[in-house]
Amino acid sequence: MKRMGMFFNLLGIFGFGVFAADLSADQIVEKANQASYYGGKDGRARVEMVITDADGGERVREFVILRLNTQGQNQKFYVYFEEPADVRKMAYLVWKNVGEGKEDDRWLWLPALNLSKRIAPGDKRTSFVGSDFVYEDVSGRSIHADNHELVETADGQYKLKSTPKDPDSVEFSYYHVWIDMDSFLPRKAEYFDKQGKLYRRVEAPRVETVQGIPTVMESVVHDLNTGGKTTNTFTMVEYNIGLKENIFSERFLRRPPREVNIQ
Amino acid sequence: MKRVLLFHLLFWMEMSLALAPAQDREGAWFEQLDLHGFADLRTGFRTQDDPHQDDESLGEFRGQIDFMRYVGPATVQIRVDGVGDWVADDTDVDLETGRGWVDVREANVLFSPHPSVDVKLGRQILTWGTGDLLFINDLFPKDWQSFFVGRDTEYLKAPSDAVFMSFFPSFANIDLAYMPRFDPDRGITGERLSFWNGALGQRTGQDHVVIVDTPDDWGSDDEWNLRISKTLRGYELAFYACDGFWKSPGGMNPDTGEATYPGLSVYGASLRGQMGKGILSVEAGYYDSRDDAAGDNPWVRNSEMRYLVGYDQELARNLTGAGQLYVEAMQDHEGYRAGMPESAPVADGTRTVLTMRLTRQAMDQTLVLSLFAYYSPTDEDAYLRPNISYKATDAWLLTMGGNAFFGSDDHTFFAQFEDNNNVFAGARYSF
Repeated sequence: MKRMGMFFNLLGIFGFGVFAADLSADQIVEKANQASYYGGKDGRARVEMVITDADGGERVREFVILRLNTQGQNQKFYVYFEEPADVRKMAYLVWKNVGEGKEDDRWLWLPALNLSKRIAPGDKRTSFVGSDFVYEDVSGRSIHADNHELVETADGQYKLKSTPKDPDSVEFSYYHVWIDMDSFLPRKAEYFDKQGKLYRRVEAPRVETVQGIPTVMESVVHDLNTGGKTTNTFTMVEYNIGLKENIFSERFLRRPPREVNIQ
Repeated sequence: MKRVLLFHLLFWMEMSLALAPAQDREGAWFEQLDLHGFADLRTGFRTQDDPHQDDESLGEFRGQIDFMRYVGPATVQIRVDGVGDWVADDTDVDLETGRGWVDVREANVLFSPHPSVDVKLGRQILTWGTGDLLFINDLFPKDWQSFFVGRDTEYLKAPSDAVFMSFFPSFANIDLAYMPRFDPDRGITGERLSFWNGALGQRTGQDHVVIVDTPDDWGSDDEWNLRISKTLRGYELAFYACDGFWKSPGGMNPDTGEATYPGLSVYGASLRGQMGKGILSVEAGYYDSRDDAAGDNPWVRNSEMRYLVGYDQELARNLTGAGQLYVEAMQDHEGYRAGMPESAPVADGTRTVLTMRLTRQAMDQTLVLSLFAYYSPTDEDAYLRPNISYKATDAWLLTMGGNAFFGSDDHTFFAQFEDNNNVFAGARYSF
């Protein structure tokens, strides 16, 4: 798979008739992608993101994220910010469009201006809200962007090596990812730069089963070049809460849905 | 007066609703209130002498309290600034213009009388349309003075006292804003910024503060704004109609010399969506200056067509660029020319403006460098807005910027403000 499934994971359904040992690298990646990003029909979580710089200085973001699986692999996300204070009540809407050459539709709601700002498609390796996570960690990197090979099967995990098909579009030359054989959740990924040096590590140190779905409850990314790190802690995780698609629209940018109001 | 009373009544009703003890929270009363806001201190100076103004263009402390609360099925929203402004000469409180020590930004209640209807009642900030710091179908009040002196961009939008109704039938979204009394722009009057005074044929400021005759009859001097919109495969299509008044003075009373707000209706449409690697915006509007139907009344602004095309794209990681082409075309330039006195400068029939925005983020997105530029090839003038902001911590934001106007004539839209070129700096603590 690609990135650590930060947000939601899916189908902790074990053993649906496929013998794990027989899976190809692409099949493992496909299952890991499902497990990391598509749990349940919909989901909700409160996220606390702590960005720590090399000197120990901390910045904190808190937001509630709503996610709905729509047609095919497409999804809609609604992110409602609560901290820091200057972005409080901002909302970020993403319509994730999966497919060759398709870009996500993104809007940012600026409450003080009552303005729905359309965001141009961006470099997916850009930092997400100033953290060590990149946009692609959050929304999922296309599983077709890399060539995957199974390197090793050991300790209940698959180890894969993924090499980008378009090396110029990314800052890494390849990465390794360790995926749990039972849950198909990626537990660790290590990124190597163009010189072959390890510079970035993403981990999911804590996984819990929520409503039968193995779920990453904490994810950490270390930037080994800067010495900085970002930790995401997920609470109030819930699946299949019956989110309606109309929540992911301008109406509910203007007036946040009550679904984001969880303490 | 009646209106002020009504406003106060609504405000205090909401306050009492809002302050009613919450049942789902614990802790001391101030924790229950869940108060947020900011303290903002900023100062700015002219970079040249202006014979009609003070050197200091901005000098104020603003404390904002932002309060939101669910009360039963309704949501109450109150956002109020306390202001200490040592540049303003007139500090009598006026809730309409934001003058004085209190500026009520929002005080409204939102509820849904039906699952597919939202109603927001009270003071609120309203925005729509696709332009970036250019407005065609957004006829909600703007505060140009704040914009030109270096307050935060959010102050470009002045509040409206309105009923905002949104209907969500399956085929489209319908938004209807009704302002029972006209809310004009918080415009340039000469009190703080000098401008070209057409009547006197020169730039004036505090020496000739504009006297305006604002339509202010409760109920009859009202405004309607309608939008019908639909998002199709990520493309946002909208149609607009507005019935009200020119938002900044669009005429003059020849007997009294007072600036007036003639009647205006606007009909328009917009489209916004992804094209190639960026976001394309297209918008147009027909400005029907109802009091000058023939186009030859020298005391009332001509009808106009306005067009806008914009494109916004990420140029590199953490660098975005955007550009717009904007055109205002007078509908009866001949009539307008015939009505102008011989000595007065005559505006071209078509005014074209190009804008460019560059935004660079650095240092983990804590440092933002931006430049917004307006340039008019027809007026041969320009307006630059450079800005640097730095998030020192999650709470502290430091800002520096400038407003620079250039032009070859004294009277054109941007050049008229040349004497107001300024730099400013501010610090904001958010909580």
